[in-house]
Amino acid sequence: MFAVEVDNLRKEFFRRDAARTHMRKRRRRVAALEDVTFTMERGECLAILGQNGSGKSTLVRLLSTLLLPDGGTATIFGHDVVRDSRSVQRLVNRVSVEASFFKKMSSEENLSYAARFYGMGPTETREKIPRILSRVGFPRDRKHEGMEHLSRGMQQKVALARALLTSPVLLLLDEPTTGLDPRSKLEVQDFIREVRRTHDATILLCTHDLQEAEILADRIGILDRGRLIALASADELKERYKADTLEDAFFSATGRSFEEEDEDAERGVFA
Amino acid sequence: MSVVPGPSSSLRHEAVSFAGVVERNWYLIKRYGWWELAFFFWSLANTLTIVFIAKGIKAAGGQIDVNRATTTLLIGAVIWSFLGLVFEFMTETVAWERWEGTIEYTFMAPIRRPVHLAGVGIFAVLYGVLRSAVLFVVIALMFGLHMPDANFLAAAIVLAIASISFMGIGTMTSVLPLISPEKGAQLGFIAQGTLLVISGVYYPVSVLPGWMQWLSTISPATYALRGIRHAILDGAGITSLWGDIWPLIIIGVIAFPLGVWIFKQGEIYAKKHGKLKRSG
Ligand SMILES: Nc1ncnc2c1ncn2[C@@H]1O[C@H](COP(=O)(O)OP(=O)(O)OP(=O)(O)O)[C@@H](O)[C@H]1O
Ligand SMILES: [Mg+2]
Repeated sequence: MFAVEVDNLRKEFFRRDAARTHMRKRRRRVAALEDVTFTMERGECLAILGQNGSGKSTLVRLLSTLLLPDGGTATIFGHDVVRDSRSVQRLVNRVSVEASFFKKMSSEENLSYAARFYGMGPTETREKIPRILSRVGFPRDRKHEGMEHLSRGMQQKVALARALLTSPVLLLLDEPTTGLDPRSKLEVQDFIREVRRTHDATILLCTHDLQEAEILADRIGILDRGRLIALASADELKERYKADTLEDAFFSATGRSFEEEDEDAERGVFA
Repeated sequence: MSVVPGPSSSLRHEAVSFAGVVERNWYLIKRYGWWELAFFFWSLANTLTIVFIAKGIKAAGGQIDVNRATTTLLIGAVIWSFLGLVFEFMTETVAWERWEGTIEYTFMAPIRRPVHLAGVGIFAVLYGVLRSAVLFVVIALMFGLHMPDANFLAAAIVLAIASISFMGIGTMTSVLPLISPEKGAQLGFIAQGTLLVISGVYYPVSVLPGWMQWLSTISPATYALRGIRHAILDGAGITSLWGDIWPLIIIGVIAFPLGVWIFKQGEIYAKKHGKLKRSG
């Protein structure tokens, strides 16, 4: 059985046009994800590369039951994300770009709130939370401080701790290092590597960072305007596109440069 | 290979999740402690504007039993404040989570929605009861009100049963911030006002026009207000309050599951159209 099996997955959103016709704002369906198909083995780390608005977060949300697909199927260890969402929810956790916590509550309080929904009682969290916080390198003496007083890097570490606390079999990382300073970024990356070593976790990592993808992932998928246009190891990608670097491979695959974050008028990037 | 825990741990799981909601709200109230005090003074002032009316009528030469009229008004005003707290708290929980962005984490967690919503609702009710009780006592002391016959236990039982319906209505209103985060939270006030105006909050239902009287029969607040007044002013016990209790049970049994169902529809809509996300 595959850890993740995605088949022809499709998601559309309504988008309002700026222009009005007949006094009414037109609404169009725009596909954020189109016919995406892939599988992941248990224990694998797969990186998804894509520009802003390419559909990375949409894919993560579909896999974490936060969005309902408009077509196709996705299963996590054999459980369908729509029909068997509760089983999926027990298996999955996620870290997103934004840490998302109750700002006034402390890291400890935020973590125990999150853990309760996974059936972890006070005895369990009293023991596990300090341990996991120290593993992500969170200073002990700050665990009673409100989240609003912590730096972004620190908050992101707490977010990682929140995700790991529930021992997910599938960990969805949506740009976990975006916006972090180089040092925090390295710390978070180190930690992801450690998680791979010590936990039996399958990781889907969405990122803008080519280097991050190359050092952390077994295989790299390129998502372009909602379509998965390539999926292979970094070396295979370079070979296939006759490129020296992953960046050149990405350029050849998508037909444009990775840095060129053009506002794609047709798709309407407002993510 | 089975990675999903079996059903044996399921009941414990629900109990822990339920406690988690209550615990979280407690943390938040603790952190915003001084605001609690500020809001208490606001509800005190609000309630006083109503409760003085009885003395005002007397001063204007009206024939009125001031003690009884003041108590009647006080009960109405305290229920008004109670419903406001419950609805606001319930809508606020969703609005707040949307604002902080934690809603995505809550909605991707393996928690049953009825358990989640019951946790929110029960906390809201307990918190509302506590604050309303303090409000009631403070004003009763200020006015030196006599309630020699009062059966407070019976009044509390009526309120507890009515609260199941109030939780149901609160759940219905809390779906709105899911769909419209900016304005949705205001709807708690609309529900509170509409419900109370048809339920005889400061007057007997009999003074209402016919169509409003008809509506009052399906409003749980009607039976709550009448039952509580009967218990506090006339010392009625549970047996003589039965006429108000059985409709409350029926409305409650319908309202809470209906509320959860409506919330579920809102959740499906939000997941179809990507309304849960804030950014990223
Ligand atoms: N909730 C939503 N409502 C409407 N449109 C959405 C929603 N979420 C995503 N979209 C649209 O779907 C497309 C893909 O967005 P998505 O957030 O998945 O991209 P992304 O690859 O994660 O981008 P970024 O790198 O900016 O995070 C974009 O055009 C975006 O505008
Ligand atoms: Mg994204």
